[in-house]
Amino acid sequence: MSRLFVILTLGMVALFVISLVVGPAQIGPVDSLVALVAGDGSPLTLIMREIRLPRAILAVLIGGGLGLSGAALQGYLRNPLAEPGLIGVSSTAALGAVVAIHAGLAASLSLGLPLAALAGALIGVFLVLGFAGSQGGSLTLILAGIAMSALAGALTSLVLNLSPNPFAASEIVFWMMGSLADRSIVHVWLLLPFAFVGAALLVSQARGLDALTLGEDAAQTMGINLSRLRLVLVVGVACIVGGSTAVAGAIGFVGLVVPHILRPFVGAQPSRLLWASGLGGAIMLQAADIAVRVILPERDLKLGVVTALVGAPLFLHLIYKTRRGLA
Amino acid sequence: MSVLSLKDFSVTLRDRSIFEGVTLDIQPGEFVGLIGPNGAGKTTLMRAALGLIASEGDSSLAGLSAQARARAVAWMPQAREIAWPIPVENLVALGTQARGGAADTDATDVAMARMGLEPFRGRAASRLSGGEQARALIARALAQDTPLLMADEPIAGLDPAHQISTMSVFAELAQEGRAALVSLHDLGLAARHCTRLILLAEGGVMADGMPEAVLTPDNMARAFGVSVWHGQTDDGPVFQPLEVL
Amino acid sequence: MNLCTDQLAMLLASPGQLISISNIASDPLVSAMVDEAATYPMNFGRAEEIYLLAPDLVLAGQYSRGNAVEMLERLGVPVLRLPFAQSMQDVAANMRTIGAALGRDRVGEEMAATFETRLTTLREDVATPLTAALYSANGYTTGEHSLSGQILLAAGFENIATRAGIPYGGVLPMELLIMAEPDLVITSQPYPGASRSEDILKHPAIATLRSHQRRATMSDQQWVCGTPHVLAAVESLVADRRALQEASE
Repeated sequence: MSRLFVILTLGMVALFVISLVVGPAQIGPVDSLVALVAGDGSPLTLIMREIRLPRAILAVLIGGGLGLSGAALQGYLRNPLAEPGLIGVSSTAALGAVVAIHAGLAASLSLGLPLAALAGALIGVFLVLGFAGSQGGSLTLILAGIAMSALAGALTSLVLNLSPNPFAASEIVFWMMGSLADRSIVHVWLLLPFAFVGAALLVSQARGLDALTLGEDAAQTMGINLSRLRLVLVVGVACIVGGSTAVAGAIGFVGLVVPHILRPFVGAQPSRLLWASGLGGAIMLQAADIAVRVILPERDLKLGVVTALVGAPLFLHLIYKTRRGLA
Repeated sequence: MSVLSLKDFSVTLRDRSIFEGVTLDIQPGEFVGLIGPNGAGKTTLMRAALGLIASEGDSSLAGLSAQARARAVAWMPQAREIAWPIPVENLVALGTQARGGAADTDATDVAMARMGLEPFRGRAASRLSGGEQARALIARALAQDTPLLMADEPIAGLDPAHQISTMSVFAELAQEGRAALVSLHDLGLAARHCTRLILLAEGGVMADGMPEAVLTPDNMARAFGVSVWHGQTDDGPVFQPLEVL
Repeated sequence: MNLCTDQLAMLLASPGQLISISNIASDPLVSAMVDEAATYPMNFGRAEEIYLLAPDLVLAGQYSRGNAVEMLERLGVPVLRLPFAQSMQDVAANMRTIGAALGRDRVGEEMAATFETRLTTLREDVATPLTAALYSANGYTTGEHSLSGQILLAAGFENIATRAGIPYGGVLPMELLIMAEPDLVITSQPYPGASRSEDILKHPAIATLRSHQRRATMSDQQWVCGTPHVLAAVESLVADRRALQEASE
């Protein structure tokens, strides 16, 4: 367990450094890191501190948060197919964010944007859990998620199309696929409180998620207050997904892929999967964000494209594996 | 000091009364078998007594906080759910954590040894056979180390050797001063191992007492509609249902 | 049928000669002649409404409303497609073309000549040109082969886009913009309602870059169309440049 922790942490730190030295401005890795620390007011420092550092931090926070959310949702629903994007929560969060931006709430209230996305995410989680039920099978969960994503996506497009701003309509793809391009330290501050509160809430439920391995009845007699666990979990996931989506759009599949890959390394224990998936999610999203900058530096390739290219085949594989359970 | 006491206990589900006016008291040292025909409400009685579903009347467990209840009783539901392929050792350790602290390796080892699980220590619990899973789950409940153990059909699906050894484990617990309340369909094993039987039928407790006093031909005919054969060996009573009346 | 031809036509036509202009000419964000536009009937660039007006001539932009314009041509309505102005020469040429098309060659020639004279006065030889970048939503910048690029040149600035190898227009990553350290960053005017695409113009890195600069925005009214209003844009940029040069001396 501790070896895995060390490996994941090292991986995360290494990718963080790589993320800092990759960018359209051709600057040597040493120069750029020196500029980051030195702070001499040169354009190099400006680039490092205002453009690359926020981007790298956001990738860590959002990736980690999504990995953690995926692991928590899977633990709670006892279903390896649960993931904020697939069950439609990212879409409802994006809808909340878009409504906030275009209703002017984001401009008038400093935390208006993430709060609205949080509200969207909350509604999404409650609706999906309500439709699928906590004991609902994979099929109901995924169908509810598809319906929710479709509805929220359509409403998002509608809001963007109705906007007087000619650029808004072209941003549908950003809200659906996500991107970290040109985000700033302002966005880090917007996300930070939500990411930390959300992570703290989810991690606090580690023991409950372990107990839930044995089903709801058993968990309740193992000292777990199930309704409280559900509430804390829903709010935690909504905080993370809401905050992340507000600044980076809906990025799918991180919460699906990362727990799936790491599960064997933590003995499938939900509590240990939580922190491992947090670190793993940070690694995956940083890698994806480096990839979009290296593969197609000229275009703003969306992060969600990369994560979906990795995640969707795995999703199909999981469906194939669990189709007996689905039938 | 009783480990479970029900007083005038009733459960109504969707306007249908499952049972009414159940009053009973379980003391340390008792191995109580809960028997009765299908649909008599054995599972409902145990879940309601635990406070997992709504009930009327008093149950000494239903009012406890989740934490206090976890120290008073361990529960093994009939649905043997193991959602993830976690190692047997870790699964059993969950029982020790239910008391609110860190995992207790000694208590885990004791519980595993009792259920003969050492060979499976590192194996993924969800990939074991049904019988092995049942034993792992019983060990998990044992590891919770509570005065009372409640289990819903714990020996269903086990082979005869493991049925007998599992019943022996419950009997040993009772001899050590703990108590067990276990629902059973195998009346022969119930007669042989339990110190007391409660027959739940016709919407209430039809009989409650020593196995010989409960498993009378009259009760069996009324509750199950079967005739029975009684025998006696040096090790205890032998009881065999014979034919449908 | 086009914002730019509308404006030139309003400036050049004799009273009663112009019977309808496009709805875009009344949009205060992009049109410099909203007040004048209010006095003309409006069309939405649809073939049937224009056909029903039975005009002797339709003025259209080179690329505007392809389907509607083709339809009108098929129906036998004479259409003049005016090329998009990409340089100051194009601006003057378009003035003459429209003047001629409206049978007001003299007015067109006069306007073009005035435009050229004023432009020449505004152009001055700058020994060490300052650098500037045109920056709009999504990090889009415009090179010298465009009207806005020409405005920049006319005002005595060197365009950063040219250095970055962008002759017409394209995305300039923010990092490269900052590395280029332009003396002036001219941003596009934000549209009403918010959009993520325009967030980049408020990015802290850009703000820091501009913190010791004069604020300059491209107002689409003056920058989009090759009309005499272009000169106003050049004038205000020249003023910005002089102020910057004085400050650095």
